[in-house]
Amino acid sequence: MGDLFINLFSGPVPIEAYLGVSLIMFFAGVYGFLSRKSLIMILISVELMINAADINFVVFNRYLYPGQLEGFFFALFTIAIAACETAVAIAIIINIYRNLSNVDVENLNEMKE
Amino acid sequence: MQYTLLILVLPLLSFILLGLMDSKWKPKVAGYIGTSVLSIITALSYTTAFMYFTTAKLEGVYQQITPFNIEWLRFTDFLHINLGILLDPISVMMLVVITTVSLMVHIYSLSYMKGEWGFQRYYAFLSLFTFSMLGLVVATNIFQMYIFWELVGVSSYLLIGFYYTKPEAVSAAKKAFIVTRFADLGFLIGILILSFYTKTFDFATLTSGDVSVFASTAGVSFLGISVMSWALGLIFIGGAGKSAMFPLHIWLPDAMEGPTPVSALIHAATMVVAGVFLVARLFPVYFFYAPEVLHGIAYVGAFTALYAAAIACVQTDIKRVLAFSTISQIGFMMVGLGVSGYGGHEGLGYMASMFHLFTHAMFKALLFLGAGSVIHSVHSNEMSNMGGLRKHMPITNITFLVACLAIAGIPPFSGFFSKDEILAATFEFSPWLGAAMSLIAGLTAFYMFRLYYNIFWGKEHKHEHTPHESPKVITGPLSFLAILTLFIGWIPFGKLVTSDRAEYIIHLDPMIATVSVLVSVIFIVLATYMYKKDSFVPARLATTFAGLHKAASHRFYMDEVYMFVTKKIVFKHISTPIAWFDRHVIDATMNGFANTTQWISVKTRSFQSGQLQQYAFVFLLGTLLITAIVIFS
Repeated sequence: MGDLFINLFSGPVPIEAYLGVSLIMFFAGVYGFLSRKSLIMILISVELMINAADINFVVFNRYLYPGQLEGFFFALFTIAIAACETAVAIAIIINIYRNLSNVDVENLNEMKE
Repeated sequence: MQYTLLILVLPLLSFILLGLMDSKWKPKVAGYIGTSVLSIITALSYTTAFMYFTTAKLEGVYQQITPFNIEWLRFTDFLHINLGILLDPISVMMLVVITTVSLMVHIYSLSYMKGEWGFQRYYAFLSLFTFSMLGLVVATNIFQMYIFWELVGVSSYLLIGFYYTKPEAVSAAKKAFIVTRFADLGFLIGILILSFYTKTFDFATLTSGDVSVFASTAGVSFLGISVMSWALGLIFIGGAGKSAMFPLHIWLPDAMEGPTPVSALIHAATMVVAGVFLVARLFPVYFFYAPEVLHGIAYVGAFTALYAAAIACVQTDIKRVLAFSTISQIGFMMVGLGVSGYGGHEGLGYMASMFHLFTHAMFKALLFLGAGSVIHSVHSNEMSNMGGLRKHMPITNITFLVACLAIAGIPPFSGFFSKDEILAATFEFSPWLGAAMSLIAGLTAFYMFRLYYNIFWGKEHKHEHTPHESPKVITGPLSFLAILTLFIGWIPFGKLVTSDRAEYIIHLDPMIATVSVLVSVIFIVLATYMYKKDSFVPARLATTFAGLHKAASHRFYMDEVYMFVTKKIVFKHISTPIAWFDRHVIDATMNGFANTTQWISVKTRSFQSGQLQQYAFVFLLGTLLITAIVIFS
């Protein structure tokens, strides 16, 4: 860990720095998912989690497999998929809004008990 | 003798049929069915008696015949409860008594209970009672007798509480059942002790004179009293409850709330003699193994006779007078048994007691049915509403007079013969007791004639409509019973029923006979002087002995003593804490189980809230848990 701090301010960026960033992003996304009231905010949190996972892919590709490109390509795919998934989610949210006139996640509890 | 089974089975079938009968049929049909079944079994009983008493003798001793003895419950190799029929002089005699009186009551009730709501139910319960009482007297073993004993108690409860919309009737029925049930606890403990030591329930074995049956009781004692005395004493307590001995007599006067034919059948002639029958059935055991209990029975009987006679002298309700008279006469029967020895002349008390049971059943039933006839025409039980009825009800008058003469012990009526023998036996046992019993016999004559004169002589009371003689369906049984009362005294009872079942010729002791007749006549004359015409003497006597009069009309405050003990001691200090425990500890535990289950279910249900974010949170937790397990194991 002392190693880490020395390399942090002089020398190449250690892998743990990037993983730390992606970790913070991911758990920020988790926290947002669990505590937001509006469905749009939940969607944003889900995006944040996906982007954090993407960062992980790229970082592992660069540091562990330097000559290969699969990680980068997978990250590009993921971005595209995330965009589609966001479109579908927005469609669902618009339908919910049409039925309930609001997008509070607390009102979606008909599957209870 | 196999047909004797019909005597038991037919009333049971009649009860079931009448109990389940469709109410679309007219109530009269129930009456006819009940009465015809009873006539059949009366005929069968007479046949059984005739066959038994003419053919069942072996060397001058009547045999105990057991046509049926089916094993029902087996506890161990030698302890089992059977159900069967035992024919024995006393059981055959009781068969005759029960069926005759029951038949008279059935016929009488056709007219007396006509138009009453519940007519069918009445006849069903009468059949049930007849069945139970018959089963009691032919029981082969003491447990079968106990079963039928309880059945008789149930029938009595149902019949006393027949008018169940009347609160007094309901509480009288409860009182009768509870008091007799309480006494039956003693009976059951006595049975258990007896059967534990003798290893058998069977009457034939217990009374056979076989000493080895009781070998294991020698020398065993508890608190200084031998174990046989405990067992037999406790069994007597059961009999005392059913036979209304002091202090377990409190239910019988209140039981007069039932219809009068019921009082005639149950509380005069049959059920109340069950206790006497029990002691008579176990008499050899009592005499040989617990003679001091037998003497105790005599004294209890004597005290009860005196107590009841004293109270009967001041009662104004005619049925209460007859109820106390019954208690007093049963006291006489118990005295007869208590002073008796075993065998030949020694067993005079036993024979006299059974003879008195026989004659008393007839004339007491007659008295009650006559009282019912009077009540039916006057619509009241109180003596003050009656008087001078001899002009309007001649047949009731004559039959009632016959019964009063019988109970007072005037020859040639039956009561003289039976009561005289009891007095003879008592004098032989102890002159003081004999004198006391003669005095009580005199008191009996006094209050019975007081009753007679107050109903049929004296000043007439104003009635809304003049009383008239009852229809023939009512006066028929009265006349029949009166004729029986005239003639059954002449039966040579010593040839039929004795303590050791051998023959015994009765000798009439002229000294005792004259003394008893004289005492009765004196008291009858006294009653005539006081009550035949209106006179001031009763009122003056009541004010002179005001305290005694008041105490006697309140039955010497026995009911108040019982209420005090029940309410202030049992209810307050025993029942209330137990009820508190039941409600706050036991119910609380049960409610606690239910509440806990409900709490658990609420918490579990909350897992399925339908809230998306909660589900995601549980997901996350699960994932973290699995990760932790994988990393750290």
